[in-house]
Amino acid sequence: MSSLSMAVSDTLVLAGRNLKRIPRQPDLLIAYTVQPVMFVLLFVYVFGGAIQTPGFDYVDFLMPGIIVQSIAFGGFVTALGLSEDVQKGLIDRFRSLPMSRSAVLAGRTSSDILLNLLSLAVLLAVGFVAGFNFDSTIGKILLGVVLLLFFGYAFSWVFALVGLYSSSPETANSIGFTAIFPLTFASSAFVPVASMPNGLKQFAEVNPFTTVVDAVRSLWLGTPANSDVWMAFLWCVVLIAIFAPLAVRRYRVVSA
Amino acid sequence: MSAPAILAEDLYKSFGETEALRGLSLTAEEGTILGVLGPNGAGKTTAVRILTTLLAPDAGRATVAGYDVVGDAAALRAKIGLAGQYAAVDENLTGRENLEMVGRLYHLGRPAARERAGELLEQFSLTDAADRPAKTYSGGMRRRLDLGAALVARPPVLFLDEPTTGLDPRSRNQMWETIEERTAAGTTVLLTTQYLEEADRLADRIVVIDHGNVIAEGTADELKDRVGGERVEVRLEDSGEVERALGALAGLGPEQPVADDGWVRVAVAERKGAIAEAVRRLDGEAIGIDDVVLRRPTLDDVFLSLTGHVAADGDEAAENEEVRA
Repeated sequence: MSSLSMAVSDTLVLAGRNLKRIPRQPDLLIAYTVQPVMFVLLFVYVFGGAIQTPGFDYVDFLMPGIIVQSIAFGGFVTALGLSEDVQKGLIDRFRSLPMSRSAVLAGRTSSDILLNLLSLAVLLAVGFVAGFNFDSTIGKILLGVVLLLFFGYAFSWVFALVGLYSSSPETANSIGFTAIFPLTFASSAFVPVASMPNGLKQFAEVNPFTTVVDAVRSLWLGTPANSDVWMAFLWCVVLIAIFAPLAVRRYRVVSA
Repeated sequence: MSAPAILAEDLYKSFGETEALRGLSLTAEEGTILGVLGPNGAGKTTAVRILTTLLAPDAGRATVAGYDVVGDAAALRAKIGLAGQYAAVDENLTGRENLEMVGRLYHLGRPAARERAGELLEQFSLTDAADRPAKTYSGGMRRRLDLGAALVARPPVLFLDEPTTGLDPRSRNQMWETIEERTAAGTTVLLTTQYLEEADRLADRIVVIDHGNVIAEGTADELKDRVGGERVEVRLEDSGEVERALGALAGLGPEQPVADDGWVRVAVAERKGAIAEAVRRLDGEAIGIDDVVLRRPTLDDVFLSLTGHVAADGDEAAENEEVRA
C-alpha cells in the first residue's frame, strides 16, 4: 500500500470511529445543536433591541457572526477527543500501530466537517424562524458555506494542537474557551466594529474573525466585499499551514 | 540459535533532570516470556515505550524481531502488539468495533479484520458483550479486549505493560492463562509487573530493574537462590517494640533483620534451631510474640534484598515524571 493511500484509508477508518460515537453521546449532539440555538435566541431577543446595526435587521447582521463562532468552536470536539485519547492511552496504541502518522489528527479534523455541516443546518433553520433572510445569489451563498466549513476545518487543527497539549479534557475545555471566546467577541461577529472604543476597534479590525464574518456577510447579504473573501480563505490556509505541522509534530512524541 | 526476539543494549533516557534509564540492557529469546520486574519509577514503562517505538532513546540501541526500534520503526510496528496499563480501548465503540478498527489500522482489509475480531471475541469470552459499548465492560473485560487488540495482527512479539495491575484475582488468573496460551503458540512476550507472584508464575527469565538499570537477572529459582536460605518472620504483639526486636534479632543471620508492616524478618543461614533461637532472644528482652513462621524466600524477598525496599513501595514522583514527559 502506498503511503498516500494508507494515509487516506487510515484517516477514513478513524473519521468513521469519531462519527460512530456521536449518536452514542447525546451530550455532544446537544453541544452541536441546542447550544447554538440558545445563542441565536438570546442574542436576537435579548441584545437585538439594544444593538444598532445601521442598514440591517439585527438578525441578518447576527447570523453570519454567530455561525462563524459556532463553527470555530466546532473544532472543539477534536480537542476534547484528542486529550481524552491521550489520557486513556489510545494515542499510544495508535502510535504503536503500522498506520499513517497523520491519520489520527486528519480523522478528527475531517469528521468535524460533517459535524459543522450539521450545526450549520440547525443554525440556519433557527435563523430563518427568527427572521433571517439571504440577500444574494445561490452561487455566493454556497461559496459562503464552503468558506465556513473551510474555516471550521482550519480551527480544528488549532484545537488539535490544544488537545494534544492538554493534560485532560477539562484543561482543553478551559484553554479553548479562554482563548477563543474573547477573540470572537472582539470582532464584528455580534456588534459593528465602529461602535467599539479605540484600541479594541483596531484589534477587531485585524482579527481574523472579523475578516471571516465580514466575508460571509458580503457573500450572504450583498455587503461590499472589499478584500474580505479572499483574505478569509487566505487566513484559513495560513492557520492550517501553521497548526497542522505543529500538531502532527506533537502527535509523534505525545504521551499520557 | 536464532537472534533474540528482543535485544536492548545500553539504553539511556532522561526526562529533564530525571534519568529514567541508565544503561539498561536486556534480551528475550524467541518464544519465551521475559518478566521485567521493578517498582514504580524504575524505568519499566520507559523501556517498553522505547521498544515499541513510542519514544526514542537518548543513547544505546535496541532491536525487536530483528528491526531497529529507531531506524526501522515503521516496519517494526507491523510485528508488535502492545497492551498498556490503561486498557486503551475506545469506550464509545463496541468490543467488536474496537477490534475491527485495530485490524483495519494493521491493514488486514475489512473482511479479514471482521473475521479476526470475531475470533478474538470468542477466544476472550467476549462474544456475549461483543456488540455493547466498551464503557459497559468491567475492568477485567476491558483488559481482555485490550489484550485482544494487541493480538489482532498475530504479532510475533508482544509487549504487556503491567497487564494485571488493578485487576481482581479471578480476572488476573484469566489473564495469566491467556498469556501462557500465547507463548505456547510461539509468541515472544515482554511483561512488566510490580507483582512478583506474576513474574514467578509466567516468566521464563526475569530481569529486576531499579533506578533505570538491571540489578539482577535469571530464572525465578536462580533469583531466590541468590537471597539464600530461609527466613524467620515474627509478628509482634506490640508494633511499638519493632526497634527493640530488630536489635534483639541482629546477628541471628548473615544480614540485618528488617521490619515491614508489623512483621520483623530475618534471613537465617541454618534452618535448624532458628525459630527457637529467635523466640529465646525476644523472650529474653520481654518482647511479646503474636506469630512466628519459617519461610522459603519469595521474589518479594529477592526484591527487598536487592533494592532495600519492597516492590510495591515505589518512588511515585519519579514515575509521574516518567509518564508525563
